[in-house]
Amino acid sequence: MPATIEEPRSLPIYEVDRLTVDLYTDKRTIRAVDDCSFSLKPGETLAIVGESGSGKTVMTLGPLGLLPEGIAVHLRGKALTARGDLLAVSGRHRAAVRGNDFGVVFQDPLSALNPMRRIGPQLAEQARRFAGLSAVAAKTDAISNLRRVGIADPEDRYWRYPHEFSGGMRQRAMIALALASRPKILLADEPTTALDATVQAQILALLKQIQAEDGLAIVLITHDIGVVAGMADRVAVMYAGRIVEEGAVADVLKTPTHPYTQGLLSSIPDLDTPIGGRLTEIPGAPPDLSSLEAGCRFAPRCFAVTPPCALARPSLAPLSSVTSTTPTHKVACFVMQSNCQEPIR
Amino acid sequence: MNASAAITVKQLQVHFASSRGAPVRAVDGVDMEIQQGELHGIVGESGCGKTSLARAIAGLQRPTGGSVTFDGRELDDWRRERLAFSRHVQFIFQDPLASLSRRQTISQSLEEPLKIHGLGSASQRRERILELLQLVSLPEACLDRLPRALSGGQRQRVAIARALALDPRILICDEPLSALDVSIRAQILNLFADLQKKLDLSIVLIAHDLAIIRLVCTRVSVMYLGKIAETGPTSELFARPRHPYTQALLEAAPSVDPEIERSRHVQLLSGDPPSPSSPPSGCRFHTRCPFSAPVCEIEEPILRMVDERTSVACHVA
Repeated sequence: MPATIEEPRSLPIYEVDRLTVDLYTDKRTIRAVDDCSFSLKPGETLAIVGESGSGKTVMTLGPLGLLPEGIAVHLRGKALTARGDLLAVSGRHRAAVRGNDFGVVFQDPLSALNPMRRIGPQLAEQARRFAGLSAVAAKTDAISNLRRVGIADPEDRYWRYPHEFSGGMRQRAMIALALASRPKILLADEPTTALDATVQAQILALLKQIQAEDGLAIVLITHDIGVVAGMADRVAVMYAGRIVEEGAVADVLKTPTHPYTQGLLSSIPDLDTPIGGRLTEIPGAPPDLSSLEAGCRFAPRCFAVTPPCALARPSLAPLSSVTSTTPTHKVACFVMQSNCQEPIR
Repeated sequence: MNASAAITVKQLQVHFASSRGAPVRAVDGVDMEIQQGELHGIVGESGCGKTSLARAIAGLQRPTGGSVTFDGRELDDWRRERLAFSRHVQFIFQDPLASLSRRQTISQSLEEPLKIHGLGSASQRRERILELLQLVSLPEACLDRLPRALSGGQRQRVAIARALALDPRILICDEPLSALDVSIRAQILNLFADLQKKLDLSIVLIAHDLAIIRLVCTRVSVMYLGKIAETGPTSELFARPRHPYTQALLEAAPSVDPEIERSRHVQLLSGDPPSPSSPPSGCRFHTRCPFSAPVCEIEEPILRMVDERTSVACHVA
């Protein structure tokens, strides 16, 4: 493993720039991600929030070539790491960059762990391949990683198969697998969605602890606002393939500005919502991504829609500091952007 | 027992034979009552037996022990009158696409229960279908479409309309929101609350999301490993959870406020829920319980009333 260069905390270690992803199925072309950019600093957690089909998984896993096989994908844009642009390198080189810089945690651990192989050797193989350890060192490393993710009796569990683990333990094993190559960036795609509430709390605490120890940057894909509130530094809200709002967690969750974010947050109950209260609904349903019309994609469901919304697509722009504590709070909405440019008296 | 109970469940057991070793004791001795007109939430983690319990109450799963009584008659007794029973008790599944025929138009889907029960003439049935659409706020244009042409939320509305076609008294819903997008859940949740008031239905709502249960249900039962751990009125149970498991569940539910979420210290439960094929001795929760006492390892606590409306199965609470 090459010596780690101490990077200044302010410089991003991963930058996705104007990414567009088209998926080709039998009859249709789906624009799953449309001109999206985000960046990630060391030690930072960026949450990507959106409903199913909003493009959050495609945006995050697409540049790594980790989308399901059998779908033709076309990517445009840049995905920059210290080793270069992931989209400009060939397949084999991309795998090397991916293995060295990125660890991935999926929703379903069985999709990442080989069911036919014992857990330990799978971890050891990662460490040999990407961290350059010897066979003996890799085994020691795998056992210490299993212990680190909270698996009791790791020497014994090393020789177990995935099906012998409970759901929470499998998720821990997959986190150990993601850490085996000593990544700088952890991509976690709905890491706790398949887990029970009490186990979810354990796994989130584990991710936080590992991040504090290793200074990992985490991209957390989720639809659970509670998880975002507890885990993330920044959040990007996606709707129909676009990032519609981005900013510090406190800004976005406390003063949601895009009409979709506002609607989403007020339609989710939490334990402080009055009992018997009524939730605010967002009318309608998300659009069909294979036949998109011009204009803002949320316009048909939006309470604040104006005539210009049907004509052009708003892009992400900073809000003025009048409404937000930091200028990093960005929103893609004509109405909200123009509201904020007028000084509040 | 209360006279207004629509459904009474006594010592219900649903065990499944397993090819290797001990049977899975999905439901293992449950007592509960569903009152007429109440919205009764059942919460618990996956594998706690809430779906098996719901299916047994709806007559979709034959219990291996105990009884379910509806309208003063046991379900075994109703079995000979399956049609009559299904007029009163209807079920809504998690995945609406799986519960609707892919080849039937919405209109056919909605008409089918009416036909099976021989209700009305063709024109009366048509009228009823339009009434149902209005009840669940679906446009008439849906009628000639197939389920796949509808959105997830619309499909769940169709499934609800179909369950209501026969004017049932009880609706049992197994995770009706989990297959839906977050922005759609509020629509369907509001619909349940409206229907319950409008039609004086009893609704049993199975969910794992506490916030959803808390919002709409009048009464909540918490399940752990095949047993009821605690049951009580929603406001009471959420304000003063008595069972340590209920307390842990409430603590594990994250707040959407980042300031609260960061400052809060969560008491983590250790481990995963044990396997329902070999539940721990004594209290099933004792292996993970922060308050476990020696008696908890030996003696199984019974569900006892702690006040007029709340019951808890715990030695310590």
